[in-house]
Amino acid sequence: MTKTDILMTGVGGQGVILASDALAEIAMKAGHDVKKSDSLGMSQRGGSVVSHLRLGRQVFSPMIRKGGADILLAFERLEGARWADHLGERSIAIVNDVAIPPLSVVGGASAYPTSAEVEQIIGRYTDRLYIIPGTQMAQEMGNPQVLNVLLVGFLSVFLDIEEPSYIEDLSQRVPQKVLQLNLAAFARGREEALARTRGH
Amino acid sequence: MKKLLSGNEAMALGAVHGGLAVAAAYPGTPSTEILENLSKMEGIYVEWSTNEKVAMEVAMGASYGGGRALAIMKHVGLNVAADPFFAASQTGVRGGLVVISCDDPGMHSSQNEQDNRHYARFAKVPMLEPSNSQEAYELMGLAFHISEEFDTPVLFRSTTRISHCKSVVTIPDSPQIERQRPRFVRDPHKFVMVPSNARPRHPLMEERIARLSSYVETFPANEIILQDRSLGIISSGAAYQHAREVFREASFLKLVTSYPLPQTLIRRFVSEVRRVLVVEELDPFVEDALKAWGLSVIGKEVVPITGELNPDTLEERAAAAGLIPKPKAMYAVSQPARELPLRPPLLCPGCPHAATSYALKRLGFYHQKPEEESASGRKALARKREGLIAASDIGCYTLAVYPPLLALDTCACMGASIGQAHGLEKAGVTNRIVSVIGDSTFLHSGITGLVNDVYNQGRGTTIVLDNGTTAMTGHQGHPGTGTSARGEAAPRVVIEDLVRGIGVRDVNVVNAFDLALVQDTIERCVETDEPSVIIVRGDCPLHVRGKGKPMSVDPAQCDQCFNCLRVGCQAITRDGDEVRIDAGLCVGDRCTLCAQVCHQKAIRAK
Repeated sequence: MTKTDILMTGVGGQGVILASDALAEIAMKAGHDVKKSDSLGMSQRGGSVVSHLRLGRQVFSPMIRKGGADILLAFERLEGARWADHLGERSIAIVNDVAIPPLSVVGGASAYPTSAEVEQIIGRYTDRLYIIPGTQMAQEMGNPQVLNVLLVGFLSVFLDIEEPSYIEDLSQRVPQKVLQLNLAAFARGREEALARTRGH
Repeated sequence: MKKLLSGNEAMALGAVHGGLAVAAAYPGTPSTEILENLSKMEGIYVEWSTNEKVAMEVAMGASYGGGRALAIMKHVGLNVAADPFFAASQTGVRGGLVVISCDDPGMHSSQNEQDNRHYARFAKVPMLEPSNSQEAYELMGLAFHISEEFDTPVLFRSTTRISHCKSVVTIPDSPQIERQRPRFVRDPHKFVMVPSNARPRHPLMEERIARLSSYVETFPANEIILQDRSLGIISSGAAYQHAREVFREASFLKLVTSYPLPQTLIRRFVSEVRRVLVVEELDPFVEDALKAWGLSVIGKEVVPITGELNPDTLEERAAAAGLIPKPKAMYAVSQPARELPLRPPLLCPGCPHAATSYALKRLGFYHQKPEEESASGRKALARKREGLIAASDIGCYTLAVYPPLLALDTCACMGASIGQAHGLEKAGVTNRIVSVIGDSTFLHSGITGLVNDVYNQGRGTTIVLDNGTTAMTGHQGHPGTGTSARGEAAPRVVIEDLVRGIGVRDVNVVNAFDLALVQDTIERCVETDEPSVIIVRGDCPLHVRGKGKPMSVDPAQCDQCFNCLRVGCQAITRDGDEVRIDAGLCVGDRCTLCAQVCHQKAIRAK
């Protein structure tokens, strides 16, 4: 497989690390060399979270270079904009259209970027940008917790890994009583991506 | 069998497959998961020790009894454990004794970024550094072997990007695990370090390092990769992986034995290539040794001495030094479009430290500025003394140093707060002074500070923030929790009984979510002339889950004073002039701090 660097970013509590853990495992079972490195800093619930996931024949550094991310999967708009400099002109950016304003914004010290600003910031690096209402879609499915599975479903369309690999991993990872919901969320994300990429 | 393991998981598994009998640790990022993983494995003894010094001593004792033993800690933990670590180097071992130090370059979650490789040379013990999870797994068994073969503790050094990075590891399907039977053989010349016994041990330590120096010459994990010979890179650990990424064509010497160094091997490599760059994170540990041998190498002229290394920095520096061509711009834009708001770490919604932090903010310097004086509606605290000084410690509560709380004035290292407060007082500083320390940190190394305050007739007020767990590192047990490392019931050290036993007479236990009670107790205690302890007790909301009815703001009653925003709760947001509480984040009526600071009584449980 050619090198694929996936940068996953978001806010503590959104399930970023769980999603990147699952994806790393799936990629390994599909025969790729994998390295994954998370940065949580001192973040408790609500801090910035970033997970570097690198797939390829042989991966050395666990950290994705600036301009080197093939895919940015941002679980939140600000955390998408923040990592835009890791995108190159052929990169794909997937941004979940939800705003979780940090306290500096709440206190009035700085302004949260608008959707248009986020688009513009990412647009300076790549025009392959997908802004998707993932949080809303997850809520419509009855459980906001499935956001990460839904986003992985969307992302899966862009990866060189067959669909059954994801299904198999989910079936092992997720408790039986919420398995159907998670499988549906994965399918929903994947359909959305297929619908959006059709004709490209 | 292939597994995707973090360095910490790999070290744990490697130790067990390598015949581990006893593991002792104190939690600390990035080392914590090693013992957490060990605690799920059969056939070994594991414990959270009260601190790293004790963990080291427990491991020493286990080794003296013939068992293979691990002491595990973060880099600054080895400062705490330095005394027994040096002693173990002096006595040597019986069962293999390995000390894992997880360093934190870049200070993701630490107060410094000291380079613990110096400890190996300082204490005259061999050191191994894995560069991925596979090596972390394989080297653990070798470390036990070296320890026993050379009668020495072994320092096993990891860093954040090794400990917390997951990579693919091949492990045997059915590993053969051999453990020695525990047996103590009396040998006072070896184990009783009175001066007359210690003196003959020192030449043995020097001889040991000399023998190790020749042993490491053929150590299988040190590896030469000869490619383009115009540039040779000597590196180890995470830095080696970054260097492979950047210097695709160069020749490499990967060092796993960073102390003692394989001098002949290094000289051979240096002679094979035209220029040599030593790529190491933090200090020029290897570079200095090579230069002392008279080798012509470069290192810190190119590679930064501060911070965590990454491929971007390395490539930029190497290109600037002319070692590699300038990278073609991988991305067109160099500057972000605008300054984006930061997302600094914060106390969680429902945190039992929030009310105390808010009370300290009110009593502290923040509220004593003239323009703020009237903002606090509470009774004046000896204004002529200006603000109360809060000497803080290491834990989640340290986050109260950030806006909007700005409640703390010092934080240095584990357990320091009580001694610092005592010193401030004895220096004649006239402000009221409190020390703020968590339950786990108090039991780690706060106790001795409090004993000192009692003995030396201080009048310190020690606030023990007791959330019943070691929260910052992810809820490990400690002696005050009643839970063992394996999650089983254990005897509980009761902090109020302990401090009474020390001789503190003014002991108060208060509800962490009762702001007025917390503040009144602090105000009373700082006015007395004897040592006092305030145990502020409340569960960590991430540890003891469960929600009450969420709070909400009645917009009709809210007068937009925004006091509730100043408690620093992530659940409270502001949209224009309207304050909203996120029902999903709010822990509800088990906290109610926002309602307590609302003078309009506009915040109530739904």
